[in-house]
Amino acid sequence: MIRIEKLHKSYPIGKDSLHVLKGIDLHIKEGEFVSIMGSSGSGKSTLLNIVGLLDIHDEGDYYLNGQLIKDMNEKKAALLRNKFLGFIFQSFNLISYKTALENVALPLYYKGMNRKDRLKIALDYLEKVGLKDWANHLPNELSGGQKQRVAIARALVTKPKVVLADEPTGALDSTTTDNVMDLLKDINDEGMTVFVITHEEEVAEQTKRIVRLKDGLIISDELTKASKAV
Amino acid sequence: MKFLFESDTWQEIYGSIRKNKVRTAITIIGVLWGIFLLVVLLGSARGLENSFNKLFGNFATNSVFVWTQSTDTPFKGFQKGRRFSLTMNDIDVLKSEYSNEIKLLAPRNQTNNLIIKDFKSGDFRVSGDYPILDQIQKKKLIYGRFLNENDILNNSKVTVISEDMYKQLFDIDEMPVGQYIKINSIGYQVIGVYEASNVGNFDGDCAYIPFTTYKRVYNTANKVDWMMITANENVDIEQMERDVILTLKGLHKVHPNDERAFGSANLGKEIGKITGFLTGMQFLTWFVGIATLIAGVFAIGNILLITVKERTNEIGIRRALGATPKSIRQQIILESVFLTTIAGMLGIIFGSLILFGIDSAIGQGDDAVLVNPTVNIPIILIAFITLIILGTLIGLIPAHMATVVRPIEALREE
Ligand SMILES: Nc1ncnc2c1ncn2[C@@H]1O[C@H](COP(=O)(O)OP(=O)(O)OP(=O)(O)O)[C@@H](O)[C@H]1O
Ligand SMILES: [Mg+2]
Repeated sequence: MIRIEKLHKSYPIGKDSLHVLKGIDLHIKEGEFVSIMGSSGSGKSTLLNIVGLLDIHDEGDYYLNGQLIKDMNEKKAALLRNKFLGFIFQSFNLISYKTALENVALPLYYKGMNRKDRLKIALDYLEKVGLKDWANHLPNELSGGQKQRVAIARALVTKPKVVLADEPTGALDSTTTDNVMDLLKDINDEGMTVFVITHEEEVAEQTKRIVRLKDGLIISDELTKASKAV
Repeated sequence: MKFLFESDTWQEIYGSIRKNKVRTAITIIGVLWGIFLLVVLLGSARGLENSFNKLFGNFATNSVFVWTQSTDTPFKGFQKGRRFSLTMNDIDVLKSEYSNEIKLLAPRNQTNNLIIKDFKSGDFRVSGDYPILDQIQKKKLIYGRFLNENDILNNSKVTVISEDMYKQLFDIDEMPVGQYIKINSIGYQVIGVYEASNVGNFDGDCAYIPFTTYKRVYNTANKVDWMMITANENVDIEQMERDVILTLKGLHKVHPNDERAFGSANLGKEIGKITGFLTGMQFLTWFVGIATLIAGVFAIGNILLITVKERTNEIGIRRALGATPKSIRQQIILESVFLTTIAGMLGIIFGSLILFGIDSAIGQGDDAVLVNPTVNIPIILIAFITLIILGTLIGLIPAHMATVVRPIEALREE
């Protein structure tokens, strides 16, 4: 599903450049549930953003669903994001003036689906994350955990192949964290590839594979107990 | 273009406009003000023009008046300071010599007399005239008719009086036509009453009688007090004025360089000054209006730019969810066009209301300041369309800005 070879990424800082990813090799198969760990600044978000086509890499090869991502124009990238990828962000990134339902329905709008179908599907997904009754609330009327569940529903609504989550539980307490993780597990059980960044060991333990980054390199890559349990 | 007709597109725009109430209001006010000013200014300028036209409209503007004064140079044995009169001979000579240039030539004799009707009386001007006066200086008749050729041929003792004279000499609702009044103790039958107008009638309250009758009654023989000449179209009226006077100087043995012997007034020149002023006004109006519009459009652009900056994060989110640059651009431009259109329409509506108000307040009646202050629909449409086009173009800048940054950079903005 995701295949990364010798991936490099630097950020220009003034005249210098900051070498963030220094040759990452990573292969994630369809249906995997992977977490990335590593200290702050190790390049986790950078990696995830490249995988999510929100950013571009400098060197190396990246194949998404077998397709080489290179010199991709923004239009194609947008279509691929819409088709293959779902995003969950630490800061939720809901659109503040849209209701929960409308937020969830938005990716379907860019898919070109009509409003009626959109809202119907969106409502199904809100129900799935347990927020059907909150469908017509604005984000600022929701708690952090509820917002993140809305965001998850939004990431799932297009039935993406890969769900990318950058510290989805970073802003949540332990109970809501468990809620969110249960949802991600369900998603994974349905066959979606899930790729999570986290700082929390307990969160990582619930995934099936942990990749550890340090200074732009992968230092370990192992399966968890959770994966062996299945 | 299909997206224009999809309710979703408008739903999105409605959502973002409703969310950004303040900047929506500011944008709308900016453009509204521009087009409002344009409408009101153009309308007022038109109204002013109309009122000038109304004032001068009943007067042939390419006219020259000529009269005699006294010579300032001795010539051919005559002393300076000699007084003399125009004659009917002059009229005939001018008519034949300038047959191509002159359209109408009206010799006139005038005096002031006591006019009596029964027990009422007043001192008024009496003017001996030809029917063509009516063509040079249009008379609007309330009762009866103006002088005609028969009156001239028969030396009829008939007169056309002014509205004010009628009011002063007659009882209310009395039918004036057919009644008799005494001018200088001689009876005349009233055949018409004309409406007084402000400028077109500089004769004042005047009783018009046939030129031939005047000649007999006042014993003027061949003398003519002064004349009014109206030139054909395309004739250089000032040149004609000089030529005519030169001819007259020849006829009356006046030195060609005598500056005082003949007096003349060129109505066209006087009106030209006012027309020039009007043109200037219109130019100014356009200038101000267009400048305001451009300012309005830039205001839109500026606000959109701010909006796009404010909404960078939102745009980043949309792009992460699969919005193509095209759809982002479309949305921003459509917002721009939509706002401009609404604002423009409101501006036109409010502007028209104001013009309507002006019209009812000072645009009606005889002494209206601005007559019929209106704007040309095509002009407003052109302004409107220009505005929309500019709104689109200016919307392109923020739209472009919104899509050149990588989505991740947009998302990072808070
Ligand atoms: N747009 C950018 N321009 C310059 N430097 C950047 C940019 N984005 C990230 N960096 C730098 O790249 C390095 C890696 O950043 P990244 O966000 O990938 O770290 P991270 O592992 O996600 O850290 P955290 O756990 O704090 O989220 C950091 O040193 C960061 O300062
Ligand atoms: Mg990070």
